[in-house]
Amino acid sequence: MNRKMLKNYIINLIVVALIYAGIKVLISAGVINRYYEGIIIFIMINIILATSLNLATGFLGQLTLGHAGFMAAGAYVSAITAIALKNSGMPNLLILIISLIAAAIVSALVGIAIGIPALRLRGDYLAIITLGFGEMIRVIINNLRGLTGGAQGLTGIPRIATFDNVFWVTALVILVLYRLTHSRQGRAIVSIREDEIAAEAVGVKTTYFKVLGFAIAAGFAGVGGGLYAHYLAFLDPKIFGFMRSVEILVIVVLGGMGSLTGSIFAAIILTILPEALRSFSDYRMLLYSFALVLMMIFRPIGMFGTKEFSWQGIYDRYKMLRDAVKRREKA
Amino acid sequence: MPLLEATNICMQFGGLRAVDNFNLEINEHELVGLIGPNGAGKTTVFNMLTGVYIPTEGDIKIDGSSVVGKKPYEIVRAGAARTFQNIRLFKDLTVLDNIKIAFHNELHYSTLEGLLRLPRYWADEKHATEACLAFLDIFDMADYADNLARNLPYGKQRKLEIARALATKPKILMLDEPAAGMNPQETKELMDTIQLIRKKFDIAILLIEHDMNLVMGICERIVVLDYGRIIAKGTPEETKNNPDVIRVYLGE
Repeated sequence: MNRKMLKNYIINLIVVALIYAGIKVLISAGVINRYYEGIIIFIMINIILATSLNLATGFLGQLTLGHAGFMAAGAYVSAITAIALKNSGMPNLLILIISLIAAAIVSALVGIAIGIPALRLRGDYLAIITLGFGEMIRVIINNLRGLTGGAQGLTGIPRIATFDNVFWVTALVILVLYRLTHSRQGRAIVSIREDEIAAEAVGVKTTYFKVLGFAIAAGFAGVGGGLYAHYLAFLDPKIFGFMRSVEILVIVVLGGMGSLTGSIFAAIILTILPEALRSFSDYRMLLYSFALVLMMIFRPIGMFGTKEFSWQGIYDRYKMLRDAVKRREKA
Repeated sequence: MPLLEATNICMQFGGLRAVDNFNLEINEHELVGLIGPNGAGKTTVFNMLTGVYIPTEGDIKIDGSSVVGKKPYEIVRAGAARTFQNIRLFKDLTVLDNIKIAFHNELHYSTLEGLLRLPRYWADEKHATEACLAFLDIFDMADYADNLARNLPYGKQRKLEIARALATKPKILMLDEPAAGMNPQETKELMDTIQLIRKKFDIAILLIEHDMNLVMGICERIVVLDYGRIIAKGTPEETKNNPDVIRVYLGE
C-alpha cells in the first residue's frame, strides 16, 4: 500500500466516523426526530440498492430492470429468518446479522439462477427479461401464502434495524463494492462493459464474470431488502413492483453509471426530494421526471460519469486552481 | 510439430460455403500472410482459428491439441491471441488498464483475497503494474500509460491493441488487417512494430492484410484465398508471379 492510498483510507475512515458521530449527536439532541431518522435509514437502504445495481448496470454494463425482485427475495428471506429466531433468546444484532447473511446468500443464488440464462442476452432484451424475472419473484412471493402471508402482507417481523446497524452495513457494502471494482475481478467486469468481444479475446472468462457481477449485485440488493424489512417490520409484495426497480435505476443513472460515490449522492438527493415535495404530492412524479429529462439533456453521463468523488481529488483541484490564480497574478 | 495446424477446415453458412478445405500450418517464429480479395473468406478463417466460429468440418490444433469448439478465451489460454479489423480497445479505460486486463490470467489472487486486501493482492497488483509498464515501454508507450485509450491517435490505438494481445503471452499472434485505414507513415510504423515483435518476442504471426507493400515486405510465406479456397501458397516472390493470383487479385 503506498502512502497516498493510506492517506485516502484514513481520510475516508475519519469522514465516515464523523458522519456517524454527527448524526448520532443530532439524534440524541432531538434535532433529528423519528421521521427524519426514518428518512436517513431509507437513504442508506437506497444507497445499498443503488450501488449494488451500479455494479451490474454501471460496471458490468448489463441493463437490468429486476432489482426489486432481488430486493424482495432478500426482504422475505431475512424477515422469515428473523421471525423464526425471534424467540430464541439471541441478541437482536445477532439475529439481524444471521438474517441478512441468509438474505444475501439466497438473493445471490436467485441472481445466479436468473443470470445464467438471462445474461446470454444483451441490451434491451436483457432489460425485458430481467423485468420479467423480477415480476416473477414478486408473483411467487404473492402466492406462497403460507410462508409469506401473500397479498395480505407479512407481519410480526422484529424491528431490529436501527440507525446504527444500518449505517455500518451500508458502509460495509460500499467498502466491499469499492474494493471489488478495484481488483482484477473488477477490471474483468469493467472490460465486459467496454467491449465484450475484446474482453473474451484477451482471455477474460466473460460468462463467469457476468454471472459473478450479477450475483453480487443481487446479493447486496437482498441485504438492502432485509434492512427494509427489519426497519418497516411489515412486508407487502406490492412494494417490490417494477416501479421500485425503475426508482433504483434512476438513482444509478442520475449518479453516473460506474460511479459508486455518484450513486451515494444521487440516493441522498432522490430520497430526500420526494419527501421534501410531499406537500405537492400530485406533482411529485412530474417534477421527478422533469429533473431526469433535464439531466439526460445536459449531462447524460450522470452527475459523476464513471469518476469517483474523493477528498484528494477536491484538494488536487483546489491546488490546481490556486496555482493558476498565482500564475495569473504574476503575469 | 507445427505451432498451429488447420486441416481441411470448412465453414458452411446455410447454402454458402464460405471456406472450403482450408489447410494451414504455421511453425514457430514464422510470419505468414493471408491475402485475398474482399469476401474471399479471410476473416471467416480468422474467426474459426480464434474460436468465434466453430468450423463445420475439419480440425484446428494449437501446439498439438485440438481447439475446435473451445471458447475464444480458452483459445487465448492455449496460446493464440488476436487483434480486430476495426480496433476494439477498452476505450474508457487507461492504456495501462487495457494491458492489465490482458494480464488478468497472470494474477492469481481470489475474489476474497482481493476484498480483504490480503498481502497477495498487493504483491500481485504491484507485479502487474510493473510488468505492464515495462511491457508498454517495449512499445514506447509508457508515457501514455495514464491516458484514456480513446484519446490516442489511430496508429497508437492499433499499437496498443497489438500490445494488449501480446500481454496475454501468446505463442501465435493473429493480426486482422492491422494496416486498414492507415496512412503510409502509420503503415511504416506498423511494419516497424511487427519487426520489433519478431525481435523481442519468440512468437509466430499470422497476418491478414490488403496492403501489398506490407505483405510482400515482411511475410515469409503467403497464402492466397479466393471464394473460400486456397489458390496459391508460397514465398512472396512465388505468389507475386503466380498467374492465378495475378488474375484474381493483383490485376493483369
